[in-house]
Amino acid sequence: MAAFGTPAGRPWQGRGGSAGFRFTLYAAVAVVVMYLDQRQHYLEQLRYLLQAAAYPIQLAVNSPPAAWRWIGQSFESRERLQAENARLRAAQRDLELRSMRYEALARENGELRGLRAALPPVADRWLAAEIVSIQLSSLRQRLLIDRGAVNGVFKAQAVLDDRGLIGQTTHVGPWSAEVILITDPEHAVPVRIERTGLRTIAVGAGDATSLALPYLPANADIKSGDLLVTSGLGGVFPEGYPVARVTAVHRDAVQPLAQVRAEPLAHVDTDSEVMLVWFRADRPMAPTPAGKSLVELKSGIPSLQPQAVLPRPQPTAPGPPAATPQPARARPPAAVPRRQPAESQATEPQATEPAAAPKAAAPKAATPQPAPATPEPATPQPGTPEPSKQQPPTPQPDASQAKEQP
Amino acid sequence: MSAPSGGRIVFTAFVALVLTVLPLPPWLDVLRPVFLVLAVLYWSVNAPRTGDIALGFFAGFALDVFQGPVLGQHALALSLVTYIAVREHQRIRSKPAFQQALIVFAALAVYEFVLFAIDGWSGHPVISALRWVHTVTGALLWPPVAAILAYGSRGHA
Repeated sequence: MAAFGTPAGRPWQGRGGSAGFRFTLYAAVAVVVMYLDQRQHYLEQLRYLLQAAAYPIQLAVNSPPAAWRWIGQSFESRERLQAENARLRAAQRDLELRSMRYEALARENGELRGLRAALPPVADRWLAAEIVSIQLSSLRQRLLIDRGAVNGVFKAQAVLDDRGLIGQTTHVGPWSAEVILITDPEHAVPVRIERTGLRTIAVGAGDATSLALPYLPANADIKSGDLLVTSGLGGVFPEGYPVARVTAVHRDAVQPLAQVRAEPLAHVDTDSEVMLVWFRADRPMAPTPAGKSLVELKSGIPSLQPQAVLPRPQPTAPGPPAATPQPARARPPAAVPRRQPAESQATEPQATEPAAAPKAAAPKAATPQPAPATPEPATPQPGTPEPSKQQPPTPQPDASQAKEQP
Repeated sequence: MSAPSGGRIVFTAFVALVLTVLPLPPWLDVLRPVFLVLAVLYWSVNAPRTGDIALGFFAGFALDVFQGPVLGQHALALSLVTYIAVREHQRIRSKPAFQQALIVFAALAVYEFVLFAIDGWSGHPVISALRWVHTVTGALLWPPVAAILAYGSRGHA
């Protein structure tokens, strides 16, 4: 047995220097790559390609569970499906009734505040995405979803489910995107306590089921059961969406800060679909509407079609500032900047969707807004976007943020 | 023993990568060893000519693509571990399985420490003892993994 590891003339002498030399080389490459990646945008292109290359493997790796789920679904009994159908119908009717009311309230609220043209941007388009894989360890909580740049997904886009906020996209490939969950220890989301309006930041606590609110003073008005909603600061998340419910408030006499835990409302572990949200004026639409609608036609599920959730008037309208926003309920999402009263009565999004799809590119052309530097994901930047109600045509991502609070 | 072909190494590394990124329930995910590192270690010890530091680098890079917060992090860690393994391959190879497992434990600890350090420097600190669990399970699983990898590579003996 050779007592010394590397006698001269051993095989690794043959290829480009000694092992130590090659190691140094590779280590240097790795360090350079890390440096460039840490400075974000340098490697965006490479990341994009790698994400595309990795997607087939991720799909394949996830195929056994997906196949199992598919088999389970296809053998569901007729009665169960009918029962579910009836339940969903009832739920939909309730929601529609509620949203009728909501629309009126939103308009009235806007008029009362005299802010008709500068209402806060709330989501104006959703797109459902299927979860390809979930990583829910305590170190890293990520999702992979099956929508990417082809569908108009962009970096730092908000992701919700039907109960609350899930997270935001971190890496976007052409057909897939990685979502960091709000419970990831690296993630922080600017929130507002709904009861009091107090704003703070909720960070992932490191286990998959809770958030921590580490920046609240011990005398802050917060108690168990309070609802946390997104504050909209930072511009990543739309304002006013439920995030979590406070589960524990611990005040220690010697600690200047209260220790607050909250439980996220979204149930990532049971979801199979999440919702991507477009609400920022600088990110209006999918860049390739044709490809988008094709994907959705192929999947054929109505819920996969982007739906107009927001009957609120959008400040993006290039019309006169004083124009009264029309209550275009269930307006096709593609037609945000254009008022289309003819379609405003249609209640089935899927009926109007094909007609609206070709127009999807319009808003992009109509508002060639140079994107104001996208805010750091999850970093609250209180001072960035100032409300400018004098310029209604200019889409302001966070307009009227400051006016939320009385 | 004749050096295995590059194709075999790449194939086993690919299988190990799939095992590494396979979605698992959280408690199992913590326990799961980084199979790719085990495979790379095996090949750097048993086929240091074919499985070289390049293997470590590119395997690490693949890991980065799937689960790295910073691109190049796993690549650096795995290059280092591969370098050590290639350097010491003769000594490691001649040890019995139990001692090999101890060495593998040390190698995995080095690997995880590099990741830990880079996590800290790059601003994603993950301070949880759970991240070290896989070094133990990896070492425990080393004998079977090595046996499986050896099974194909030498048809005789």
